[in-house]
Amino acid sequence: MSLRVLVGCKRVIDYAVRVRVKPDSTGVVTQGVKHSMNPFDEIAVEQALQLKEQKLASEVIAFSCGPAQCVETLRTALAMGADRAVHVTVEGAEYENMQPLAVAKIMKKLVEKEDANLVIVGKQAIDDDCNQTGQMLAGLLGWSQGTFASKVDVDGEQLKVVREVDGGLETVQVSLPSVVTADLRLNTPRYATLPNIMKAKKKPMDKLSAGDLGVDVSSKVSMVGVSEPPVRQAGSKVESVSDLVQKLKAKGAIA
Amino acid sequence: GGVCATQGGIHINLTKMDRILEVNAADFDACVEPGVRRKQLNEHLRATGLHFPIDPGADASLCGMASTNASGTNAVRYGTMRENVLNLEVVLADGEVVHTAGKRRRARKSSAGYNLTNIFVGSEGTLGIITSTSLRLYGIPEKVTSAVVSFPSIKAAVDTCVQIIQAGIPIARLEYLDENGIKSVNSYSGLSYAVAPTVFLEFEGSESSVQEQSDIAGELAQQNGGGDYQWASNAEERAKLWSARHNAFYAGLALRPGSKALITDVCVPVSELTDVLVETQEDIKTASFPNVVIGHVGDGNFHVAFMIDQDSKAEADEAKAFALRMARRALACGGTCTGEHGIGMGKIDLLREEFSEETLRAMWSVKNAFDPNNLMNPGKVLPEL
Repeated sequence: MSLRVLVGCKRVIDYAVRVRVKPDSTGVVTQGVKHSMNPFDEIAVEQALQLKEQKLASEVIAFSCGPAQCVETLRTALAMGADRAVHVTVEGAEYENMQPLAVAKIMKKLVEKEDANLVIVGKQAIDDDCNQTGQMLAGLLGWSQGTFASKVDVDGEQLKVVREVDGGLETVQVSLPSVVTADLRLNTPRYATLPNIMKAKKKPMDKLSAGDLGVDVSSKVSMVGVSEPPVRQAGSKVESVSDLVQKLKAKGAIA
Repeated sequence: GGVCATQGGIHINLTKMDRILEVNAADFDACVEPGVRRKQLNEHLRATGLHFPIDPGADASLCGMASTNASGTNAVRYGTMRENVLNLEVVLADGEVVHTAGKRRRARKSSAGYNLTNIFVGSEGTLGIITSTSLRLYGIPEKVTSAVVSFPSIKAAVDTCVQIIQAGIPIARLEYLDENGIKSVNSYSGLSYAVAPTVFLEFEGSESSVQEQSDIAGELAQQNGGGDYQWASNAEERAKLWSARHNAFYAGLALRPGSKALITDVCVPVSELTDVLVETQEDIKTASFPNVVIGHVGDGNFHVAFMIDQDSKAEADEAKAFALRMARRALACGGTCTGEHGIGMGKIDLLREEFSEETLRAMWSVKNAFDPNNLMNPGKVLPEL
């Protein structure tokens, strides 16, 4: 089966940025802050590209939903080597409250529209750490899923996926079509080089709205507040073991 | 010893000034504050297809690299900081703030005024404090391939390197590691390189260009009796091939656990390199402690690391004697006693042999112009007249 791969690319605050909470506690500061593609999604794009280079995939379509700036994220995917990009526009408050279920619903429509038979997304986004979209999408589509993938091999109509789980590594065999979520050790994403960045400017980028796809992105979840973790209290040094025991007793940590 | 406060004083720590001020991807330039390190900038740039390639082997502060005119294993392709700093913001001894090429100016070429920028590059803090630097960026190479070849003799290895340079190949990295170096890495990292003078090569460019360069280099190696040309193009395999060179310093130290390395550094015209290196390797055979030779041979630059017992004055003296002979060998053929490690305190006296008194006086007049009270890192860079 020649694979037509849809890859999710979320635009998130760059991992190197020191994130600050807004003074009104409604969220974190995103204005003027560097954003880039979610690192796990970079790994997903790389995996799709490798499948194409191995002649197992015929087309790689990058997808992102959000405001206009998502176009930059998609250009990066195109510069890495994706064939086409789809930008589903979601703006303002709707975007800020958007939940993985809505993203999964959008992706389901795209899968049907693009006749994709493999979806690769990062295992989670580094801003919300939800780790839900891939699994929800598989559920909505009725597809198999290979999550936390650290290795993916195509075997005819099946995928052999090595998953990173708490106890170590688990190998599963899933039938195509499938949703794979990429973990850290799956691959090392390539850099976009200058000539490819130039070429990417000419690659097709489709723009749609969630409405065009018939998806309602309104959220049943509302953000009540965001605050920084409490400031770490200073510890104290003790001079002796009996001091330590006394202090622990005073804190009620031991009887 | 460049950062030692030999006359006491105030040590100013700029690590917290760490903003990336500007990135102009379309013009291939960026401006950073002193706390910004090399890897931090390159991570920031990764989606632009650009990088700052100078790599002194540490995740160094870029302004610090400007201050010491840092070099790296790819200087043979990209030059040193001197060739890559477009502009500096400097605070002078009297507190005035100066932009060496004009505020926010970043033209690639200019005939305006004096080249103040390059007076400050490499001045090791003796003329002013660098508070931001504008850097020239380069495209991330499309393709990178690496190769390793061992040779039957030092001469064969170094001759090959010299010929590669003379053939005009725009090689990205060209490194030499001697037999001792290879032995130490084999034992330290459990590798099994052939124990012989070895050359590590790296090529950058388009798919076809890299193949061409590599073919020519491979031919030259063969003509000089080189062994198997091991070649790799994917990132993991390249890292493996180069691991010997990367681990060389620690592997060298492991030759004598508990020892400290006294490292020398000279740079000579490439056509003199074979003779100077062969002579040096002959000389150090008589050393009473382990030693390793590592060379950035593409630039005519090499280091000998002596693993000495730092509590032994006899060993320190012996190592310094070797270093002195090595420096004099380099000076005798039109080279320099310090290719990239700087003068600091250890080599100040050698400058009297490298430069004439007239030249030193001219350098002192620059120092006196910028720092008449000798407040800025006194006792460094220039010897007393």
